[in-house]
This record gives sequence, structure tokens and C-alpha cells, in this order.
Amino acid sequence: MPELNEQKSSSEFKPLIVAFCCNWCSYAGADLAGTSRLNYPANVKIIRVPCSCRVNPMFILRAFQRGADGVIINGCHPGDCHYSTGNYYARRRMALLFSMLEYLGIEKGRTRVEWVSAAEGQRFAQVMNEFAETIHNLGENKRLEDLRCKR
Amino acid sequence: MQAVEKAIKEKARALLADGTVDRVLGWEKGEYCYDNTPAVFTAENLGNLVYNSFCGANLSKYLIAESKKEGRVLALLKPCDTYSFNQLVKEHRIDREKVYVLGIPCHGIADVEKLNVKGVKGIERIAEDGGTLTAQTLYGEKTCEINDVLLERCMACKGPEHMAADDVIEDTAPVELRKHDRFGMVEKLEQMTPDERFEFWRSELSKCIRCNACRNVCPACSCLKCVFDNDASGVAAKANVDTFEENMFHIIRAFHVAGRCTDCGECSRVCPQGIPLHLLNRKFIQDINKNYGEYQAGADDSSAWPLVDYTQEDVEPGAIEGGKN
Repeated sequence: MPELNEQKSSSEFKPLIVAFCCNWCSYAGADLAGTSRLNYPANVKIIRVPCSCRVNPMFILRAFQRGADGVIINGCHPGDCHYSTGNYYARRRMALLFSMLEYLGIEKGRTRVEWVSAAEGQRFAQVMNEFAETIHNLGENKRLEDLRCKR
Repeated sequence: MQAVEKAIKEKARALLADGTVDRVLGWEKGEYCYDNTPAVFTAENLGNLVYNSFCGANLSKYLIAESKKEGRVLALLKPCDTYSFNQLVKEHRIDREKVYVLGIPCHGIADVEKLNVKGVKGIERIAEDGGTLTAQTLYGEKTCEINDVLLERCMACKGPEHMAADDVIEDTAPVELRKHDRFGMVEKLEQMTPDERFEFWRSELSKCIRCNACRNVCPACSCLKCVFDNDASGVAAKANVDTFEENMFHIIRAFHVAGRCTDCGECSRVCPQGIPLHLLNRKFIQDINKNYGEYQAGADDSSAWPLVDYTQEDVEPGAIEGGKN
């Protein structure tokens, strides 16, 4: 039955990933990945933020609410923050938040923080591929979904 | 506690008379004898002030509004309330000059829910003698040891020391400090599988009616404009087929007080649905203690709390175990 097979392949799970990228390092890193023609999944949606510490825990929950299956935050390497210390604060906040999500029974690995510099286009693509793979294995986000936002 | 109440009133009268303070912030009898309510007194109505094992309310938060008014206020603070007081002074939410802190002894606060479970229901009057509560109920006289019906927070008592006080009422008959495994339940949860944890929290958080009592009572939740007061925050819909709102509300509530929470346990005390909210706060406290060094919020009024501080060697996100996998 060709139609059925076709239907199956079109409904195959494609994870939606939200990537918060800091303006000064990771966003430029993503840019470099693009201009270097490196492959990374098209379902990674990049949101530019001034600094990784701009990411409020609410942003992450909101992303899940609106249908994201994974959220990754990219910032400058510790010590390289454009604002000197932003990513150090982000590191503490996210460490505690991720631990809390796990404590509530949300799968480990749905959220992640990576430090990617502006020169690391290769690494950006690699991180995104890896993360997409992880989320693909975890499957759809069921535990932090909002049914009202489902289409 | 009768003697303490008398000593408090004498002290308050003296301070009101010599003009050191203009008002007294304490507790008065509520609708029932076991729901004593915060109230402000002057010399005229000071007689209504009560202090017994049902004065659970942490008065520190009320000082935010009281210290903005004219004159000086006398605040009756139990030892654990002084931690919240210090934290609020640290955050510049209380004008320290306008508050006269009277440290009062505390022998533990009774939980009326636990009394009910023990079969002490329909309470009309309660008398205390040492550690024994004698209740006149609709069904006759019943007695109960206070140690058997303590609030969760009192089982993990921080001790009889006041962290901030201008004067202290001596405790003539101190009680032994309770030994309680404060993080026992948190560790038990961590040992569960993610599915079990999710089920546990679903069964607890699904009881939430979003009355916001936990937020309103929390001394750390002192923002003038709260994120949940925003109509667009999406936590007020109380959609009954949906679990997201509850999760979001409780994660964000606990996160906003992380590092500043003194573990005063008011959130769990006031929750009309009996959700163990302190388990969320204690998880953050435990993570902070393990990864960023032992920290007790409110133990002093100047040090930076863990989330406004950092070291270059901090652990990476994801490295902290939220529980077994």
C-alpha cells in the first residue's frame, strides 16, 4: 500500500528544537557554520539573545509549551563573555533549573547548555546534530506540553 | 507560652509608653482559636494580642508594608522568622531603622491538619501546658503532645537563636532541638525513576487551584509586580485538562526564590490543598549546598546569595543530578 507508507514517512517524528544563541559568540558561530556550508538540522530554530544570561527560565518553559521538543542554550565560553560575567550567572541558573526539571520527572537531555565561540562553526554544527539526535531518541515532548497549543 | 505572652505584652507596653515604637505587629485570634492572624496593635487594643503554638504566620513579610509607614513598628519575630527578616533587609525591602525587632522564643508550631488526622476535630478551645495541648472539642476533651503534631518546618527547626534582634524575650523553659532529616524526602524522590517522580508530582501538583497563597505568603516573593500577575503569563486559566500551567507555575515559583528561600515553610503551611511545596524549595537548597557550598539564606544581612554569585570553577549545567535516570 504505497499511500499508507507515504503517510507514515510524512508523519515521522521531526523534533522541533529551539536554540538560544548569544549575540556575540554562538550566533556568530551559527553564522560561520552557515557560510562554511556545514550541515545541521533545519528544524533547529535559532533565537538570538544579547547574552546567554538573558535566557529566563520562563523562556525555556514557554518554548516547550509552544511545541518545542528540546531547548539548547549557547553562550560564550566561560571567561569570554562580552559582558564579562553573564555566562557565569547563566551557568548557575541553568544548572539549578535543569536539575529541577529532572527532579519533576522531565527527561534528562531535553535541555542543554553548550559554550560555542564565534570561531567554532564546525562545533556549532556538530553540537546541533548531536542534540537533534538526542531529542530524536527521546521522542516527543509529552511531559511539558500544553494541549491548548497543539495544532 | 502563657508566660511568654505576658512578657511580650509587658515589653510592648513599655516600648509603646516610652515612644520607642508606635505600633506592634503581632497576632490576634482569628476566626478559630487555631488560626491566629497577623495584626497591628496600638496601646488601646494590645490586650487582643495572642501568642501560642498556633501563631505560625511569619511576620517578616508584613514588615515590607509596615516599614514604609510613618513611625517605628515593633515586630515579634520567632527565631526562624528572623532569617526571612535578614534576607529582606539584605534585599532592601525592609527599612531596618523603622523596625524594632523583639525576638520571642518558640517551642514549635502545631499543625491543625495533623491534629485533625489524630482525631482532634471540631476544636472550640485549646489550652497549652508545657508540651501538651488540651483541646475542648465538640466531641469532648482531647489531649495531644505538641511534638506529634508539629508543622513540617518545625521538625527541621533551625534552632532557638535569633539572627536579628534589638531585644530578646528570654526562654525560661527551652525545648530540645528536634532531630529531623531535612532532605530525607528530597533524597527519596531522587532515588525514584523519572516516571515515578513524574507521577508523584503530577498527583501533588494537579491538586493546585492556583489560589496564589504560596506566593502571597512567601517572604522571598516580594516583587511589587509579580510575573504571575501578568494576564499573559498564562497561569490563571486553570484549564482542567492541561498539566502545563501547574508545572510552569510551580517550577517558576520555586526558581524565583532559589537561593533566597530560608526554608521557612510558609508555602506548605498555607497551601489549602496540602501540596508539599517545601520539597521543591529544599531541592534547590540541597543542590546549592552540594555544589556551591553550604548556604543558609538569611543567616546574615549582607552576603551575596548563590544565584547572584559565581566562581570560575562552577559545575556545568546538566552535571547536577536531579534524580536517578
